[in-house]
Amino acid sequence: MSLQHDNIRKEFPILQREVNGRPLVYLDNAATTQKPRAVMERLRIYYEQENSNIHRGAHYLSQQATVAYEKARETVKGFINAGSPQEVIFTRGTTEAINLVANSFCKKFVMPGDEVLISAMEHHSNIVPWQIACQEREAFLKVIPMNEAGELDMEGCRDLLNKKTKIVAVTHVSNALGTVNPVREIIDLAHEKSIPVLIDGAQATPHFPVDVQALDCDFYCFSGHKVYGPMGVGVLYGKEEWLNSMPPYQGGGEMIREVSFSKTTYSELPFKFEAGTPNVADVLGMETALLFIKGLGQQQIAAYEDDLLNYAISQLGALDKIRFVGTAGQRAGVVSFVFDDIHPYDTGTILDKLGIAVRTGHHCAQPIMDFFKIPGTVRASLGLYNTRQEIDLLVHGLARVREMFA
Amino acid sequence: MTIKEREQEIINEFELFDDWMDKYNYIIELGKSVPSIPAEYKVEKYLISGCQASVWLHARYENGKVYFSAESDALITKGIVALLIRVLSGQPPRDIIDAELDFINRIGLKEHLSQTRANGLLNMIRQMKLYALAFQRTETGKHTQHD
Repeated sequence: MSLQHDNIRKEFPILQREVNGRPLVYLDNAATTQKPRAVMERLRIYYEQENSNIHRGAHYLSQQATVAYEKARETVKGFINAGSPQEVIFTRGTTEAINLVANSFCKKFVMPGDEVLISAMEHHSNIVPWQIACQEREAFLKVIPMNEAGELDMEGCRDLLNKKTKIVAVTHVSNALGTVNPVREIIDLAHEKSIPVLIDGAQATPHFPVDVQALDCDFYCFSGHKVYGPMGVGVLYGKEEWLNSMPPYQGGGEMIREVSFSKTTYSELPFKFEAGTPNVADVLGMETALLFIKGLGQQQIAAYEDDLLNYAISQLGALDKIRFVGTAGQRAGVVSFVFDDIHPYDTGTILDKLGIAVRTGHHCAQPIMDFFKIPGTVRASLGLYNTRQEIDLLVHGLARVREMFA
Repeated sequence: MTIKEREQEIINEFELFDDWMDKYNYIIELGKSVPSIPAEYKVEKYLISGCQASVWLHARYENGKVYFSAESDALITKGIVALLIRVLSGQPPRDIIDAELDFINRIGLKEHLSQTRANGLLNMIRQMKLYALAFQRTETGKHTQHD
């Protein structure tokens, strides 16, 4: 609540631009967030003054870049409160992080007839990698059901966990519905049966602090670009014992200790899972972004966004024929809705003409749309720089949409 | 009227609109006024899927001309579909295959045909041309047989 909005918005140059002749109202933060000046400046400095390949050369620049890169790993460790920096693997994003685990974990631990448990509200990125892995391992993909409010059925979850379940993968916050899942409870239930749990944190990390040790999750993933950092970079957190026991995901440079044509031995963590030249610049940019939101205060951001979300829900609720999709008790960052008589595509098109960026469609979560029997939703998703005035503009825009289509 | 003439007619109509609101209101009206596609065609077989909006397209061939009927679940898409039908329906296959459909660009609706919009319109135009191609092939086949 104490965020200084005039000052914060100035840090994001893109928020000053116009779209279709109107000031941009950016409410598509669940797709990607805008970047503060500091992040762009960090990328510029890296390429102007520090660029070199890491962990290889003995020369000054290479050492400097290596130190910076490993310091970023420390920053990420602190950001999610990992036990050690070895448990932080840099990836291209959440999708790659999940693919890494689905591929490597399942190869080692999933046998024919085993089960992988996901939930009914997963993003395609937390469905398809498991589907592929299950197909390869001749295993079965099971799904925790949800109710009409968009909340997971915890009884169903309990019933589905069994001896054959080898891993559970659920989202912390639903990208399409905004539901905050009771992941701590799911983790406890799974651990009672010694089943590891992966949490997709792509939509959680932008909105509230995450402590992987307090959650006791076995894996946690998030993307840099959704936490005000650059695109093309993300994080996989994994407990050391799991990561040590899993085979490498990709082969190449960096991840090896010794290579001959007959045998290769692999590096220690975290390098075992970072084959090839990493995306150093964007890792550093992501570090800057994490420091930026830590500087503002993650609790403050959470409280501010929570208030803004409640304001949005109450203002939107006054519109005629609006139906919220996802009405879970605990929500973060996202309000998804449809008009009973207007297609989401039509709504999105007119809002775009008014300079308002929202997402329409199935949000890469088609099973959710099938569940609610709708072609898609209109989704407004919030960031720390959004204001009540912008919510008012959205509501006015939607009133205009109603006039045009009703 | 040829395809080009029909396109020009639409371009002239759209020149009357001062701003985007009028233009979209007109397209929405068009969308509302398009008769629904017969229920037997509003099925999977005739569905052209987009990421966001869906389009159903049916084509029939009669006396050397192709007749289309189509609709969409989104009204703006349906309105643009109506314009495409007005231009292409009742034309000979060859002309449909060759049509550049520049009018969409000229009336400022090109954005709806972009890949990112994924509203099925781009696929619909492709499908209209494929129908025309198929009908033309059948026709050529017939002639070959006669010969």
